[in-house]
Amino acid sequence: VSTLLVLPVLIPLLSAAASLVAWRSERVQRGVGVAGTGALLVASLALADAVRREGPIAAQMGDWPAPYGITLVADLLSALMVAVTGLMGFAVAVYSTAEVDRGRRSFGFYPLLHVLLMGVCGAFLTGDLFNLYVSFEVMLIASFVLLALGGERPQMEGALKYVTLNLVSSAVFLAGVGLLYGMTGTLNMAHLSQRVAELSASHPHLVTAVAGLLLASFGIKAGVFPLYFWLPSSYHTPPVSASAIFAGLLTKVGVYALIRIFTLVFADAASVYRLLLWVAGMTMLAGVLGAVSQFHFRRILSFHIISQIGYMVMGLALLASPSAAVRRLGLIAAVFYIVHHIVVKTNLFLIAGVVRRLRGTEELKRTGGLLNDAPWLAALFLVPAFSLAGIPPLSGFWAKLAMIRAGLEAEQWALVAAAIAAGLLTLLSMIKIWNEAFWKPLPEGSGGPATAGRAGLAAMLAPVVVLAIVTILIGLFPQTLLGLAGQAGDQLLDSSAYLSAVGLATGVAAP
Amino acid sequence: MLLILALVIGGLYATAVYLMLRRNIVKLIFGLMVLAHASNLLLFTVGGLVRGKPPLVPSGATAPPPGVADPFPEALVLTAIVISFALTAFAAVLVKRVYKVTGTDDSDALRMTDS
Repeated sequence: VSTLLVLPVLIPLLSAAASLVAWRSERVQRGVGVAGTGALLVASLALADAVRREGPIAAQMGDWPAPYGITLVADLLSALMVAVTGLMGFAVAVYSTAEVDRGRRSFGFYPLLHVLLMGVCGAFLTGDLFNLYVSFEVMLIASFVLLALGGERPQMEGALKYVTLNLVSSAVFLAGVGLLYGMTGTLNMAHLSQRVAELSASHPHLVTAVAGLLLASFGIKAGVFPLYFWLPSSYHTPPVSASAIFAGLLTKVGVYALIRIFTLVFADAASVYRLLLWVAGMTMLAGVLGAVSQFHFRRILSFHIISQIGYMVMGLALLASPSAAVRRLGLIAAVFYIVHHIVVKTNLFLIAGVVRRLRGTEELKRTGGLLNDAPWLAALFLVPAFSLAGIPPLSGFWAKLAMIRAGLEAEQWALVAAAIAAGLLTLLSMIKIWNEAFWKPLPEGSGGPATAGRAGLAAMLAPVVVLAIVTILIGLFPQTLLGLAGQAGDQLLDSSAYLSAVGLATGVAAP
Repeated sequence: MLLILALVIGGLYATAVYLMLRRNIVKLIFGLMVLAHASNLLLFTVGGLVRGKPPLVPSGATAPPPGVADPFPEALVLTAIVISFALTAFAAVLVKRVYKVTGTDDSDALRMTDS
């Protein structure tokens, strides 16, 4: 079983190494890209299945018992995130064989993609705060290079902002880690949860200060209001394959870290939850309003990432409620929302890439007529677009329904109103894309349909079709994912299974 | 000693923020470097300052005597230094490329991808 825990980190590492060995042959790298991410998908599904059946599992590296060694843990939230990561990695790897240009492919696109996936999986699986920091850095350095690869002017400008703010976030995180170690003498998250509980009684202000540092750091990574400005400045600049994997996974690692730290380590951070209620509402509205004024396909989608992050944070913020039922509902909705969102958002970015291939631009004003030229693409666009806006019976409807129901139970009327308003404005943005790219005729002098760009379209469409089917399946059988989310939510609320998996159920004396 | 280090760390953070807020992107990189140093020094300091007591296990014993320095923060700082070195190297190259591609080192002129 512990092998399963190591594989999602090991497979991308080996694939990255294999691609580097085959540096000269871009074709071999492509093959390793598809095969490696395919293996990652299989391993991550096996891990998720094992965790679903057996509950949280943990592995101690080198057999050093926790909290002295390095611990990998997978509870159902981690396992679900890793499984979705595997699916996205595979979809994007297939897509990139046709989308990414030859120059970028032969300058290390694939090794970087594998390293990025390794960092993401490592962040989801680690049971140690410092290793979370290291995984973040692995993920960041790969994303920096993926973002800047190609060296076009918008990429350079976007990369500068992205790099700066993410480095600031890392420095803040490191300061938080240092202070936490100084206070507790441990960095194992399971051990921290016990030590911080003791410390909150004696030194509540110190605990709140460190919680604030970690909140700010993860907030930048997750792209919450008012820390999100790096995201819409950079996400639309690299090739679509890179920005699709960024859009699907990177901010969600920040959300995952928020959920993990503020349910396990700071299990009763009431002041943080109350602050997050405001943050969630403002994030939803700021993101969705930012999208209204945009006419660039991927920029609209980037702003919608922000507003969707608001919904996920809302699920965490509902822990502020005194009622146990509401706390559970909120976490279930958050887990469901994250899984649904990763699939749908990645798919929308991939479709943006197909539109770019067919029309040669992502400026909506200069596109049009795709309903006639590519009716299949119009149908494929409607699935994730309606799902994002929350139209039944697609996955987004159930995600929004669960979240809004949790908000109503918590009697957070203003937040529920913000969530509904953001949902309607999301629909407005999707209709805007529909009208501009698909419905209206192609404007005069826009060059007409670029038939030359149709090469390799099959490899770009296959992942889009698969992700659309996943969205429809989640929509038609929501009880499966809701059941998993419920199990994950229970594990988050009651950490005893997590602690005993790590081997710290009875507690350890401070070293 | 603790007070001196605390003041130094505070000074480093202040310097880093000041440098990062300058419009010149080269100073931005200096700011990021100083910021990483400040965090590393903080990590080092909060681990506890113990003078002249290395964590050595005397022969015959199975654990070091109480009151020795904690070696763990040093290990963390070492890792953090390596990471920040790599990231700084990348950021320096990135700034050079930004300057080459855009022809400016003024961050106020780099607004192409904002709104």
